[in-house]
Amino acid sequence: MTATRSEHCVIACAEAWRGAGEILASPMGLIPSIGARLARLTFSPDLLLTDGEAMLVGVDGTVEGWLPYRQHLTLVTSGRRHVMMGASQIDRFGNQNISCIGDWEKPKRQLLGVRGAPVNTLNNPTSYWVPKHSLRVFVEKVDMVCGVGYDRAAGARHHRIPRVVSDLGVFDFATPDHSMRLASLHPGVTVEEVRDATGFALTIPDEVPYTREPTPVELRLIREEIDPADTRAREVPEEAKT
Amino acid sequence: MTAGEAVSRLESGMTLGIGGWGSRRKPMALVRALLRSGITDLTVVSYGGPDVGMLAAAGRIRKLVAPFATLDSIPLEPHFRAARERGALELMEIDEAMFMWGLHAAANRLPFLPVRAGIGSDVMRVNPGLRTVTSPYDDGETFVAMPALRLDAALVHVNRADRRGNGQCLGPDPYFDDLFCEAAEAAFVSCERIVDTAELTKEGAPQTLLIKRHTVTGVVEAPGGAHFTSCAPDYGRDEARQKEYATTPWAEFAERFLNGPDNGPDAEGT
Repeated sequence: MTATRSEHCVIACAEAWRGAGEILASPMGLIPSIGARLARLTFSPDLLLTDGEAMLVGVDGTVEGWLPYRQHLTLVTSGRRHVMMGASQIDRFGNQNISCIGDWEKPKRQLLGVRGAPVNTLNNPTSYWVPKHSLRVFVEKVDMVCGVGYDRAAGARHHRIPRVVSDLGVFDFATPDHSMRLASLHPGVTVEEVRDATGFALTIPDEVPYTREPTPVELRLIREEIDPADTRAREVPEEAKT
Repeated sequence: MTAGEAVSRLESGMTLGIGGWGSRRKPMALVRALLRSGITDLTVVSYGGPDVGMLAAAGRIRKLVAPFATLDSIPLEPHFRAARERGALELMEIDEAMFMWGLHAAANRLPFLPVRAGIGSDVMRVNPGLRTVTSPYDDGETFVAMPALRLDAALVHVNRADRRGNGQCLGPDPYFDDLFCEAAEAAFVSCERIVDTAELTKEGAPQTLLIKRHTVTGVVEAPGGAHFTSCAPDYGRDEARQKEYATTPWAEFAERFLNGPDNGPDAEGT
């Protein structure tokens, strides 16, 4: 069984929650949600998950607790959470934007608003998921800093951006100045492809590993238990491989 | 009272908090009454949804205080977007947690509360009036001093209430409606059904009785009063109507929404 691109993305997202312990996994977006559930079913069984609303639930939907927004915000500030957010723009130091494109005073395109990105990034580990890696998303400078990057987080004691996952690879900030580094390529992707789709200078190690393959058990869980309708392929189509 | 009577207590230029969250349990019957009135020049404080979109489309908002505006199942609120892209409203864009602590500060009659959220982000750049505060203890950490979000009035919608203003949230998330009432000079609560006080504890556990009568000015019975947003467990979101709202030019939708056959149970008496 060969894993598809979307399945490598699921694995790359799931790995964000490896070793996280008994904390809330807050995946935003489809593939991170599949990844979080996969992590909980395999290597991170103590993770807490929500139903996307006000309940803490098991992978099968069994309710185990109550977490309305007001308590969710307290959980964020407690730090016992790892969120994976989306990003309309992200820059070299991990500054993220979901608010608006263009001049904030009169935006070219109004998006969501800052939402909880400021509170998330100052309080608990925050990773990002980008389903379509492009020059529009990976920019030199974001138009509005919602999620705080490493160059603006001086002294923020709980700030951490463990990883950025895109349809092309996995990225982290394990460089001396905490600028973005290519951590792994999804099988079938080349370094050139990533460079061409990134609007700033990435650190590229001499040897870039490939994102690991799912185990047969993981592949079965993804395909038969968690996402039998293959919704993941709609978020990251297989054509992305070429 | 009717929705119209509640709105008759409001004035142009007020700072108005609107409860719910996104496209969830918004006091739409009260918003509709507001749209029918001539009240304008509002400062609206909201976890924004179609309440913000409609008031923005109708040109009633001078200033918006919000961390986002969304229709949930449709991520981007079209009329909020359009208003922003026209430069038609002043915006105090703050984080979701800053917003909550601003309401808490107002409810506690404090000038501010310290929050970690906001530091390092452009929330500080676009709100040059925000100040920071440094912990006087050994940690010495610097926080945003989130100013109190004091409200002249709050509008919220809940599942049940008695005539005196004890309000009950029966759905899984109370959002922040009790805080909106506590942060406001006057609060108007619409509900799906007004019940006798003795009935309140029959339908839900005591913890569902979040809104206390001393924080409420008036109660409006408005069955379907959150429509087309969700009002669990009484009803879910009317996705078809929301889609129509998001895709129809405002003037045309407003005509139907405010004056058409589906103009809601509050139409009489306004």
